[in-house]
Parts: sequence; C-alpha cells; structure tokens
Amino acid sequence: MKLSLHVWRQANSNEAGRMDQITATDITEDMSFLEMLDKVNEDLICEGKEPIAFDHDCREGICGMCSLMINGVAHGPESGTTTCQLHMRSFRDGDAIYIEPWRSRAFPVIRDLMVDRSSFDRVMQAGGYISVNTGNAQDANALPIKKADADAAFDAAACIGCGACVASCPNGSAMLFVAAKVNHLGRLPQGQPERSERVKKMVDAMDAEGFGACSNHYECEAVCPKDIPADTIARMNRDHLKASLCD
Amino acid sequence: MKLDSKIPGGPIQNKWTEHRFNMKLVNPANKRKFRVIVVGSGLAGGAAAATLGELGYNVDCFCFQDSARRAHSIAAQGGINAAKNYPNDGDSIWRLFYDTVKGGDYRAREANVYRLAEISSNIIDTCVAQGVPFAREYGGLLDNRSFGGAQVSRTFYARGQTGQQLLIGAYQALSRQVSKGSVTMHTRTELQEIVVVDGHARGIITRNLVTGKLTRHAADAVLLCTGGYGNVFYLSTNAMGSNVTAAVKAWKKGAGFANPCYTQIHPTCIPVSSEHQSKLTLMSESLRYDGRVWVPKKKGDTRAPNVIPEDERDYYLERRYPSFGNLVPRDVASRAAKERCDAGYGVGSTGLAVYLDFSDAIDRLGEDAVRARYGNLFHMYEKITAENPYKVPMKIFPAVHYTMGGLWVDYELQTTVPGLFALGECNFSDHGANRLGASALMQGLADGYFVAPYTVGHYLAQHGSMGASGKVTTDHPAFAESENALRDRIDRLMNINGSQSVESFHKRLGKIMWDECGMARDKSGLRGAIEDIQALQKEFWSDVCVPGSKDGCNPELDKAGRVADFLEFGELMCRDALMREESCGGHFRKEHQTEDGEARRDDDNYAFAGVWEYQGDGDGDEPSLHKENLEFEHVKLTTRSYK
Ligand SMILES: Cc1cc2nc3c(=O)[nH]c(=O)nc-3n(C[C@H](O)[C@H](O)[C@H](O)COP(=O)(O)OP(=O)(O)OC[C@H]3O[C@@H](n4cnc5c(N)ncnc54)[C@H](O)[C@@H]3O)c2cc1C
Ligand code: FES
Repeated sequence: MKLSLHVWRQANSNEAGRMDQITATDITEDMSFLEMLDKVNEDLICEGKEPIAFDHDCREGICGMCSLMINGVAHGPESGTTTCQLHMRSFRDGDAIYIEPWRSRAFPVIRDLMVDRSSFDRVMQAGGYISVNTGNAQDANALPIKKADADAAFDAAACIGCGACVASCPNGSAMLFVAAKVNHLGRLPQGQPERSERVKKMVDAMDAEGFGACSNHYECEAVCPKDIPADTIARMNRDHLKASLCD
Repeated sequence: MKLDSKIPGGPIQNKWTEHRFNMKLVNPANKRKFRVIVVGSGLAGGAAAATLGELGYNVDCFCFQDSARRAHSIAAQGGINAAKNYPNDGDSIWRLFYDTVKGGDYRAREANVYRLAEISSNIIDTCVAQGVPFAREYGGLLDNRSFGGAQVSRTFYARGQTGQQLLIGAYQALSRQVSKGSVTMHTRTELQEIVVVDGHARGIITRNLVTGKLTRHAADAVLLCTGGYGNVFYLSTNAMGSNVTAAVKAWKKGAGFANPCYTQIHPTCIPVSSEHQSKLTLMSESLRYDGRVWVPKKKGDTRAPNVIPEDERDYYLERRYPSFGNLVPRDVASRAAKERCDAGYGVGSTGLAVYLDFSDAIDRLGEDAVRARYGNLFHMYEKITAENPYKVPMKIFPAVHYTMGGLWVDYELQTTVPGLFALGECNFSDHGANRLGASALMQGLADGYFVAPYTVGHYLAQHGSMGASGKVTTDHPAFAESENALRDRIDRLMNINGSQSVESFHKRLGKIMWDECGMARDKSGLRGAIEDIQALQKEFWSDVCVPGSKDGCNPELDKAGRVADFLEFGELMCRDALMREESCGGHFRKEHQTEDGEARRDDDNYAFAGVWEYQGDGDGDEPSLHKENLEFEHVKLTTRSYK
C-alpha cells in the first residue's frame, strides 16, 4: 500500500506546530499502525530527516502509552482498540490519513505526537488509592466480596489511563478517567472509609489541572479502548453530590 | 570479586524470621535523613518505593515511561502464585518451594526460594487490602486456577489482566506516598550511569528524555528494579522500551552478572508475520489446557488445516510425552515446536509455526464454553491475525519472554557492590534456569514489599550517610567523572553520523542471538556469534546514524544508547552459554542431550550460578567467571521427566 500521511510536527512545547505531508510506501496489511510509522521513520532516517516522535511501549493495548488522533478519532477507526492494536488492513491503498496528537489544555504537546499526561498522575495522587500501608493486611479471605461487586470494580479498574476520553471530549473533560478510579475503589468494601473524601479530592484536582466539565457528549465512551461506559460518570456524580451534601 | 551469599544458618523454615530479627533497624526519627534511589516503577520498584516511603525514608523513583503506571509489569496476563491453600488441595509453603526449585531445573538458591514461598501469602493479603479486584467465586471468596509445573491450584488472577491490576495497586500506593512528599517521582527519566564512591553505590546520573538534561542524584542506597533483558533478541514479548542499560551499567561498576544465558522462550506466541514486525504477542499458557498442538505428518504440506485428515496429523507433544501431552513445561514445549519446524514440518507462510487446535474442545464443550474460557484471547488473536480461531486452528510459535539471569544478589538482594540492590526480574535470584508461570509477579512483589524494605534498612543502619563513609553529595568527584563519561558517550553517538539506523543494528543483533543463543545452542555457533557481535559492535560505533540533537526529546538517541548496551550484553550471554557445558531449563546445548533429544544436566560440574565480572573494554579484556556453588539440602536433584 501507498498512503498519504498528514502528520502533526512540532519541535517542542514552545514552538508552533504544523501538519506535514509524508508519503508512506511499501505498507502491508499485516503491519500494525505503529509498525507503519516505524517503517516511515526508517525511511525518514535514511533520507537524513528527523523521524516522527510518538509514544508507545507495550504494543499490546494495556500500558496506555500509545495515543494518536487518527482521522479525527482517538485510537483510530476500530472500537475497543488502542492505536497499537490497530492494523493496516483497516486502510486502503491510496488513503489519506491525518495523524495528530491528543489535544487538550491539560495535555501539552512535548514533541510531534507525544503529549504530557502527568496531570493524570497528579489527579491520582490527590486520592486515587486506599490508605493502607504494606504489612497491615488481614487474611485476604477474611473479607468476602460479592462477585458482582468485584466484577463491577474490575470493569472500572480496566482503565489504562491513555487519555483518549479527554482527547475526544469537546470540553477536554477527564470525567471518565476519574470516574473509573472512583468507581473501582468505591465499589469495594476496602474503599468505603475514604469514599467521600476521595471523590471530592480527585474532582478538585481534576478541575485544578484545567480539564473541562462533562456536558454529556459521550464521546469518551465511544473511543475508550476498554469500553468503560459513560454511566460510570453518573455514579461518580452521585458520590460527589452525596459527599458534598454531607459536608 | 567475592561472592558471599549471606545465607543465614539454622533450619530453612526459620532463616528469614531469624534474619529479620538479627538485621539492624534504623531509628524512626533517622529514617527521613536517608535518601534511597529506586530505579523502576514496575511491581518490584513500585512496591519498594511505596513501602520505603511508608517507612519514612526519602525516596526518589525513576522510570522511562511517562507514568509509573506503564511499567511492563502491566502486561502480565495469567496470574500470581501464592501458597494459600484456599482450595484445600494440598498446597503448602513447602510445596511451592519444592515446585519452584524443581521447575527451575535445580539451579536456584534454596534459601531464597523458601523465603519467596513463605512471603507469597502476605502479598495476596496486601493486594486485596489495596483494592486489587482479583477474581472471586459466587460465595465472595477468592478464586484460583492452575498453571504449568504444578499439580495444585494456587494461582490468583484478575481476568487476563493480573499484572495490570497488581501494578495499579502498587502505583496507587506509590501515588499516596508522592502526595505525602516521601517519594519524588521522576518520569521520562532514564538512568544512564551509576556512581560508586569508596566502593559503595552512592548515586546515579540520569538523562531527562524530554529535555535531554543530565542530572546527578546522590543517595545512601540505590535499588535497581529495571526489569528483564529479553529485547536483546529484538523480537520478544517485552515492551518496546524494556532494556538492559541499568544492569549493564551496574556490571561495569563492579556488580557481578549471574547466568545471563538463562532465557525463557514461551511456546505459545503469535508467529512473526513479516520483517516489519516490531514485537511478539503472548497467547496465555492456559490455552494449552484445551488446545491440541499439531503439524502435518507430510513435509511441506500446504493444504489448509481443516482438510488435513486426522491420521495425517502429528500431535507431536502427545506422541513424545504421553503422560503430560500438551501440558509439558514451557521449555520442553518450545523445543519440540522448533524441532518439528526445523525438520520441515512447520506451517504458515514462513514454515515457522505450528497449529494449536481447539476443534476437539469445541466439539466436546461447545463454542460458548470455549468462549467463556478464552474469549478475550481469541479476540486478541483475531485482531492481530484476522483469522477466526473458532473456525481455523491458531498458528503459534515460541518467543522470547522472560530472563532468569540477572544481577547477582545475596540473600539480602544486594549486588556485589555494597549499597546497590537489585529486585524483580533484573536480579537472578529465584527461578534457576526456568521460571514457572505466575511466579515472576510473586517475586517482584515479594522483593519490593517484603524483602528490600528490611534489608535496605539493615544496610543503611550500618553504611548510610550516618555511617562510616560520611555524607556524599553530588559535588564529589565521582559524580563529575560519571557525568563526563556519559556526556562523552552521548557525543560519540551523536557524532558518528553513519548510514545505518539504530533499528537495523538491533534487528541484526536479534537475529544472531535468536539463531545462535536461542532455543538450542552449540559450541561452534556460540563462538561464531561472539565474533559476529564484536564485529557488529565495531560497525555500530562507526556507522550508526542518530538523527536530531542531544538537547531535547530524541527517541532515536534513547534507542541508540539501549542498543549499544544490548550489543555489549549479547556477547556476555553467548560467553555464558558457551561456558555452561550442560543443558538445564531454558539453556539447551545441542551437545548435551539424551538420545531422544531431552536435556541432559550435569550436576557434578555445573550446579553453580555462573557470575561474570567486568574486566574492561580493551581489546584483550575478557570478563572473568566466578562461581556460587548451589547446595541442595532439602530438594533432591532428579531428572525432570514428562514422558
Ligand atoms: C506478556 C507478558 C506476560 C507475563 N505474564 C506473567 C504472568 O502471568 N505471571 C507472572 O508471574 N509473570 C508474568 N510475566 C513476567 C512478569 O510480568 C515480569 O517478570 C515482571 O512484571 C517484571 O517486573 P519488574 O518490576 O521486575 O520490571 P518491569 O515491570 O519491567 O519494570 C521495569 C521498570 O524499570 C524502569 N526502567 C528500566 N530501565 C530503566 C532505566 N535505565 N532508567 C530508568 N528506569 C528504567 C521502567 O521504566 C519500569 O518502570 C509476563 C511477562 C510478559 C512480558
Ligand atoms: S503501546 Fe501500550 S497500549 Fe498501546
């Protein structure tokens, strides 16, 4: 396949970026999207040009490091898929593909397609945990947990922290990310003592980082590679309301 | 180099308890005066940094990814072992200890393995308290599954994402310490030099992968938790960034490297499909419980699998190992697949694949039951290959997965450089020559949550900045020396301006390693490989092309540094494989096999950990070998047989 790529190039966070046209040649269907970029980069290096910088690590859809808006859709056209799991058989010879970084006030561009998502870490540091020290635990089976609750907690805990939800939300909201953690811990008995405090602190931190508010567009749900549903946000809102009223 | 394993005396059951009592403690008020560097935020590093922070130490934690939560531990699928005996099927600390020593083909240190088994239960308790959503039964209690190399069900799991959930648990604990100010997290920051002062590790030099800035960090102790080196083979199931840099730097500063040739090749991975392939994907071991492995009986048979009649199929594992069949351990299954493909019976476009067929299971249980068990794996397989495994057998092939070798450590997880500790996959400690499934997660968390926090304190109480050597700051000449050496190396890389990409060197190294130091090795191949790698190394340093600048974000430069270290390390692996004139676990020497192709161990001459000491970079310089003899008091050495 031969493809016409339109790629965001930006030297660093201080300089202005632009879309560059790059032709990708000898692309095969069984390549992953990132392998296609690897190939393009090898060619650029051979021509004495600078390769395209993008984030990636596990290439299995679990570390959350890869990103990319592909033709305007976070992680590209396949649902329930990260960019690293996307394959070139989803594209046709001659296609034009627009590749851009996550765009959000809270995710400044570092270079080309790489962005800084440390705001997510800071939101987690505000309260996304259970305050227990190593070595203080009782026997694991001393606390039975309903299977349904454990499963629901898992569904929320499946979040990989990639930021697709933020990138595709018109408001740049991080509600799905925050709600996933609030629900994971809030569904479990171990998470109850700090439940109110946690949701308040995390939401405050989210606001402080410059993420927008949720106005029910549901774009986040549509692009989430782990299919975390938007009603997770509704549950968080209930927790937040309750916590605020009890103040 | 002196190898003092510091195995405590007394009965094996009491060693750890007594040793904990005998180790020195740091007064709580003094703990915050100590600074500890933890390199790595995976299960080992994340757990250690969080726990040391909880104890009151000042911790600096580093990772090269953009968040601590992305360490490669996140990718582990299957589960984590613990001797809880919840299913009441006869498990015990002793049995987990025994299985691990045997599974490691009798090349691990008994005392360490026993401690690991002893601690395993505490890990599960801790993780549950943190909110890790392990799989549960309808009664609300934890569920277990069975894994290779064991006859009991002792594996705890969280769907197919156990590593993710455990790592998020550690990351949460770490985040809590960051918010309290006891841990400072340095992301997108790579260790590139280790600083040793008066024989003790006292700091590191890092490169910020966004700004390119080099920074000196001084500390009272340094913990390396930097993961495995499987990417020396270029293609592996490891993440793209996994590297051996920290371990090589430690080796060059005097830390012994143990058993570098012990690598685990996992039998069920998705085969390579093209030369552009960048990594390999694991298909969980659990698939072999219902899948049957076969190749056509006729050489070069290109018919579609479904039209090959039953009596023209060779279920070679069932044929060769009637009692274990498709469930033989990883090393045995991998070699058997290679043997068939080498003999010309492999399938697929490359001939480097065998079938893993679920049609019997689907006939027996129905498609829905198979979907309930393996749905997510089948889905992942279909995503990558565009083939539906419910209809067509999967094609699989072995792939590099885990490295048992690593920095040599004593019972306290300290390397041969005082003050330098190694935890998790980057040390050599517990798995001997072959690791059992679900034991790496257990080891990483045991080291990080429960071993290092005590042993590091013991070291600090004696040798920290309050101790004899005095407070070391980054003004010490040793820091300047290390930083200059690093600066020179970066300049050298940037100034070669050659014609070949970093990636192309990595690929060539990977091919040499896979061909000559992979699943089967022999003397002449290894000798040739050493020469080839030396030549490749020369070529790299004269013709590699690193575009861009050293100031600022430059992923090609990051990769160049890592590949340079892999090149050096690949040679060491081949030397170790050449030295070890026996076959054991993941190390198979063609010269040392039985008539029917099984591994032949040599306990009289090779029951030791082979520890290599760096001797310099000069032309005639060769690393020297030291031996830690392994003594087996509790587990009797026998030949593993799965016939
Ligand atoms: C696909 C896959 C599936 C697996 N499944 C299982 C399983 O089911 N059960 C099981 O027990 N084991 C499994 N394993 C093995 C297990 O996951 C690993 O051995 C284990 O997680 C390693 O943990 P770690 O903390 O030692 O290293 P890692 O998790 O690899 O962490 C390494 C850390 O070091 C950092 N780092 C590395 N180099 C540097 C440097 N130079 N400077 C700064 N930071 C650095 C990285 O950023 C990272 O934070 C699996 C492995 C793979 C690849
Ligand atoms: S690279 Fe890890 S999720 Fe894509």
